[in-house]
Amino acid sequence: MLECKNLEKRFGSIHAVRGISFKVEEGEILGFLGPNGAGKSTTMRMITGFIPPNGGTASICGHDILRQPVQAKTCLGYLPENAPVYAEMTVTNFLKFVAGIRGYRGAALTDLVESTIEKCHLQKVRRQMVETLSKGYKQRVCFAQAVLHDPPVLVMDEPTDGLDPNQKHTVRTMIKEMASKKAIIISTHILEEVDAVCSRAIIISDGKVVANGTPAELKAKSPSGRLEDVFRELTIGSEEVLTRAHR
Amino acid sequence: MQFTRNMLRIMKRELASYFESPVAYVFLVVFLMLLGFFTFSVSNYYEAGQADLRGFFFWHPWVYLLLVPAASMRLWAEERKSGTVELLLTLPVTMTQAIVGKFLAAWLFLTIALALTFPVVLTTMYLGNPDMGVVWGGYIGCILLAGTYLSVGMLASALTRNQVISFVLSLIGCLFLVLAGWPPVTRMLTEWAPDWLVTGVASFSVMPHFESIQRGVLDLRDVGYYLSMIVVMLFATHLTIDNRKSS
Repeated sequence: MLECKNLEKRFGSIHAVRGISFKVEEGEILGFLGPNGAGKSTTMRMITGFIPPNGGTASICGHDILRQPVQAKTCLGYLPENAPVYAEMTVTNFLKFVAGIRGYRGAALTDLVESTIEKCHLQKVRRQMVETLSKGYKQRVCFAQAVLHDPPVLVMDEPTDGLDPNQKHTVRTMIKEMASKKAIIISTHILEEVDAVCSRAIIISDGKVVANGTPAELKAKSPSGRLEDVFRELTIGSEEVLTRAHR
Repeated sequence: MQFTRNMLRIMKRELASYFESPVAYVFLVVFLMLLGFFTFSVSNYYEAGQADLRGFFFWHPWVYLLLVPAASMRLWAEERKSGTVELLLTLPVTMTQAIVGKFLAAWLFLTIALALTFPVVLTTMYLGNPDMGVVWGGYIGCILLAGTYLSVGMLASALTRNQVISFVLSLIGCLFLVLAGWPPVTRMLTEWAPDWLVTGVASFSVMPHFESIQRGVLDLRDVGYYLSMIVVMLFATHLTIDNRKSS
């Protein structure tokens, strides 16, 4: 459903992503792990067609994101980092706008927006302007626009960042409920999330994939059997090198 | 078909966003008060004893100089600052749809502002018998002028995520368009620059085109000047956004 082939990105002299390749199939929830600055968001932005890669490409449901961007984006739901939403719109109007762009019209559009509002528990705030919402609600509104059209591929950049434990639980439950028919990627640096929702995880460090496997396989890499230790072992080296370079 | 539909959806959202914030109302009040003040108090509309709108249209290039950048400064700067640009451009829309949709929304907004000056026309018709061809010509000239300033403002807005910088850049860009053919400027250039450069710079000026449409002569060359300026500026906006989001 989703495939990245050798994605590369340079920002001036910084080589942010150095040849990342992986596949996500239907029914899988892939955890995309890595320390801050490892290239998670950059990779997701390339997969979703927001920034062009310097090399390699990604395809969504068989549509190449560089050659058929509109078709690829049609099959995609994307929750960007920090959940940006138009501040001056009401929740309902915002979702109607997105549904319209997604090609829905008339009664189908209204029904879809209604059912999405219900599914994402937004009834209480539906007439409120987005700028007056709390962070948790904003995150859920952006989540709602990502799943509105029931996309086969869902990309979420830190979907639970800044949420309280109850909200985290709600979001994770919603993700798990949808998982069987979709290919989902979630980036995170919260390791408990991997155990809670992911069926497979990739760890990236310094723009490269350093591990790829089920949570159990990854844990087996460390004598302690804890994901945290594996993560530290695989990614700390790069950070030390970086701090030394900065000095 | 889908191309136009999505473009119109983006336009509708953008136009609504003017009216959902106080921006539109502040803008309209200031716009109408400034034009009223210049027409009636500075140009001595009543004392002139002529039923025409020359004194009214004369001020438009100057009033727009201040107000059009105010209407255009947020178009891309705000999207980039709040991160919603990532949301917009990962929906199944092309960059051209987004740019043209936003441009048309702002242009329509300025046209609405201009349409609200109708009492000036009614007053003139009550007082005498103005040449309506000249009046319509004046309005068409103003709409085209507003579109040209707006396209400059849109480019300025794509260059930065800071709205103040966006405002100042577009003010300077539009000021250049007004002053390019002005004798003090061309004289300054003739002292050192070759002739082709002087005529080249002078040919960018909006004023000769604005004045000829003011006389009620709708020459295709003048219309062509405005439209080609708009197309070039929107194309430059396209390149700028492409460039900005990948670096």
